[in-house]
Order: sequence, then C-alpha cells, then structure tokens
Amino acid sequence: MPKLWEVTKLIRSKNAGPFELTFDVIFKDRAGYERVRDAGIIKAQWFAKTYRLTPEVVSVINYDAANAIKITIPRPVISGDIDDTDVFGGQQHGPLVNVDVP
Amino acid sequence: MKEIRILSATGILGSGFREATLQRAMTLKPDFIGADSGSTDPGPYYLGSGETLFSDSAYKRDLRLMLLAGRAANVPVIIGSACTAGTDAQVGRLVGIARDIAREEKLSFKLAAVRCEQDKAYLKRKLREGKITPLANAPVFDEAVIDRSTHIVGMAGIEPFVEALENGADVVIAGRSSDTSIFSAMPVMRGLNPATVWHAAKILECGAACVVERKYPDCMFATIRDDHFIVDPPNPDYRCDPASIASHNLYENSTPYELVEPSGVLNTVAAKYEAISDRAVKVSGSTFKHAPRYTIKLEGAELAGYQSIIIGSVRDPIILRQLDSWLAGLMTAARDRVTAVYGAGIDDKYKLDVRVFGKNATMGVLEPETAIGHEVGLLFQVTADTQERATAIVKSVSHIAVHYPVPEWTGLITSIAYPYSPAEIPRGASYRFNVNHVVEPATPLEMFRIEYERL
Repeated sequence: MPKLWEVTKLIRSKNAGPFELTFDVIFKDRAGYERVRDAGIIKAQWFAKTYRLTPEVVSVINYDAANAIKITIPRPVISGDIDDTDVFGGQQHGPLVNVDVP
Repeated sequence: MKEIRILSATGILGSGFREATLQRAMTLKPDFIGADSGSTDPGPYYLGSGETLFSDSAYKRDLRLMLLAGRAANVPVIIGSACTAGTDAQVGRLVGIARDIAREEKLSFKLAAVRCEQDKAYLKRKLREGKITPLANAPVFDEAVIDRSTHIVGMAGIEPFVEALENGADVVIAGRSSDTSIFSAMPVMRGLNPATVWHAAKILECGAACVVERKYPDCMFATIRDDHFIVDPPNPDYRCDPASIASHNLYENSTPYELVEPSGVLNTVAAKYEAISDRAVKVSGSTFKHAPRYTIKLEGAELAGYQSIIIGSVRDPIILRQLDSWLAGLMTAARDRVTAVYGAGIDDKYKLDVRVFGKNATMGVLEPETAIGHEVGLLFQVTADTQERATAIVKSVSHIAVHYPVPEWTGLITSIAYPYSPAEIPRGASYRFNVNHVVEPATPLEMFRIEYERL
C-alpha cells in the first residue's frame, strides 16, 4: 500500500492569511489524483480528528485543473501569537505525508 | 488588438531578482513594472512594530533596478504593501529610498505615495454604523481592539493606483494593497476584461513562483488581452506549464476557484490552461462577478507582550527516558522560584512556556507522534508586560532548569546544554494579529490618502 507522498509531487501546508491554514496535495498524475479523490481518503473527518476540529469547519476542494486537493481549516492559533509554533504554517502537513493510499 | 504587457519584478520587493532577467524582460516592452512589497506571512511583528522584513539595502537594490528600467522605458513602476505591512511609516521609508535613488541616479519622475493606515475614530464610526463585518475565523473586533492596536491598515484595491496613474504618476508606492491590485490597476483602467486581468494578476503577484521549478526569486512576464492572457517567464532557465500555472491558484489561498477582491470575486472554475510552447501558457475562461457592496479588508496588530527566551538541549538518556515528568517538575519548580522571588502577585503578570524540539515543537499538542530521539532541544519562553520583567524572570527559570535533578543520579547535575552565554536572550516585543474584518467605505478612495511629489 503506497503512502500519499509516493503518489504526489507536493504536499504542503501554508497560511491562507493569519487566521486560516491551508493544505495542498498535488498529485504526480491524473490517475493518482483520481484514485485518491474517488477513494475519499482525504476528507473532513480525517482533518477534524488530526487537528482537533469539528468536521463542519474543514473545507475540502478537489481541483481538477492541477490534479490537486486543497484542504483549509481554521488556524489552531493565530499566526505569530504567543502560543503559535509555526508562523508561516509551513510544517503542519507532516501527518498527511504518510497517509495510506488504498 | 488591445493588450497590456506586465513585468512583475519579483514576488516580494527586497527578495531579489536577476538583473539580466529584468533587462531581457524590458526588451519585451512592458507597459509597467510592478512588485508586491508585503505579506502577513512573516507574522504580526511587522505590522505591530513597523519594522521591515528586509534591510533598506535590499529594498534599494531591487527598487534601483526597477526605477532605472522604468524611467529608461518611460513606463510606470508600481509598488504595493510597502516594506512588509504597508503602514504609513513603511510607505515613508520606501519613499525615502526612492528619493535617494532618484538623487543618486539623477532620475526625474512624479511619485505618488498612497497611505493606507486607518483613523481610529473613522473605524469606530464604521463599527457603530454596522459597516464592519467579520471574515472567516475572525477574532472579536470592538472599540477596545481599535484602541489597543498599534496599527490598523486597510488593504487597497485598484482604485488608489488608478487615481495615481490617471494623475500622471510615474512611480506609485502604496501602503497595504491587495497583491493583485498592483497588477490589475492599469489593465482595468485601460478597459480590459476584469476576469482576465484579475486572474493574470494572481499569477503575476508572486513573481517567478508560478514556474515549474523555482530555484531562486526572479521576474515574471504576462501579456493580457481581453479574453486571455499569456504567461511567459523572461528567465530562459525557467518554464511554465499548465499545471504550474493552475497550481499557483492554490498558493496562500483558501480555495483555488475564488479570489475575493474589494470590487468582486474572480472565479476560475471554467478557466482553461493551454501550453503554447514548452515554456509559455495561455489562460482563458475565468469570470469576474462584481460584488453588491465594495469592501476593504482590515489588518491590525496589537502588543501581546515582551519575551525573553532560553535555548538549550538535553542529551542524557536517563533524563530523556522520563522527559515529560522531568520537564513538568522543572516547570513547577521554576514557577515556584519566580513566586518566591517576586511574590504571589507575579503569577498573572507573566507566562512561562516550554517547547520541546525533537518531540512536538512544530505541532504542539496536535502532534500525533510520541517517539523522541537521542536528544531534544528546549526553548523556554517567558512573556511579560515589560522587557525588564521578562528578562528578570527568565534568569530565575534558567538557573532552576540547568540543575533540575532526576532521581537516578545522586549529586548535583547540569541537565541542559546551553549554547550561549548568557543563556537568556531578550526577544523584544511580540505582537498579535487582532482583526480579520472588512469595512464598507462610502467610496473606494475614502480610506486612502494620495500625495504627489516631483523628484
């Protein structure tokens, strides 16, 4: 069973402004994208559990034009606030990298 | 066929571009040269304090080449979000650099400075009138927040740029602006289809970020016509393909399909991305829907406190195998010592935190992995209402931490490796973003002030 990083060319997280955190999963090819998209592996429930949120605040968008899936969540802490650990939000995607792809 | 040719010098002014690329791009006869100079990405410090992300020398290097190229070709140079946060003082700073360049290079031009900071009385009035509304995940915004803020800026749309260009400005240096407005102003002013223009602007605003593999910051070039635009990197080592251009819509945006601007929303659902060579991409098909109300986004920051920190590491396997309980005991002992020194009243005047690198420093409590390696890094952080207090407290923490025992070792231990003397590092002021709202101004220009000068 491959890991998500093996079928993608980029998995990244980043601020979408100081109040939201966004994840981009960009696949190597159409086949890999459709396989993951249609298997419903990347879903609101997974993000809700991993980032301790309710599924309603998780946005998952399939982006066919770039063979990509985008996920946006409220930032756990406002960028740069006293308790923030990652001002750019660039290293919050770690758990996503090793997700199993059926 | 009506077209506008745009040179985007770099993704953020001060980060650089290759001089040879700029020269090559100038042979393509751009109608203007633009660059964004700001971002909220590096955090609230720049808006809160007014300091800048890059040095004056770095801004001057980039701006000098842009002004020389712009004046030689007699085309405008347009800069937005001056010096990181686009406060009035940061606009003044970049204007000062432009004046120095003009004098040194004997350049002559009409400069427009657009100021974007917001008057507190104006914002309070708008708040009372119900003309300020929250965006996603916004904190509470009330008069107390307005009073506490060190700076609040409004993010300009195209209108102040258009106003400045129509008044004959050769160089526009604006405060906080939407990244795309910098590139959209002239094409919209000249009557091109706003859908094509805004989509092109989104691709251009990060400079060479939309290439297949960006090895270093550089320029980008686009030709905008009414029903399509063509992106063609002026650096011969770079190439774009449909996927790299389409992917750029993902960047720093909560959705790749929509881009919200003061005057409306760009929708890219129907966009087509076609390769027209091995390096250029043609984009068409986006739509733009004018918003029923014109809105300006606010950004604000307030002081969160002053910090002093200690960096250290632990290598002893006996400590590491009980790291969590050792650290919990250490933190309690440190807080007890602070209370002993400063009295019980100190407790609500400071905050002590520790971050464990090698365990969960990146994700904090959200980290799902539990294993640690043969060493961990520790970052102790004291936040207080003054720098003096933060530094005074962290000195007590430092001494408790470096000798905190474990039961297995008998005798005094030195439990943390400190790489510096002194171990305690004053970190200065820490700020907090405190606004994520939009205002409905009476007119698109009401919140911005434009001043002209002849250099």
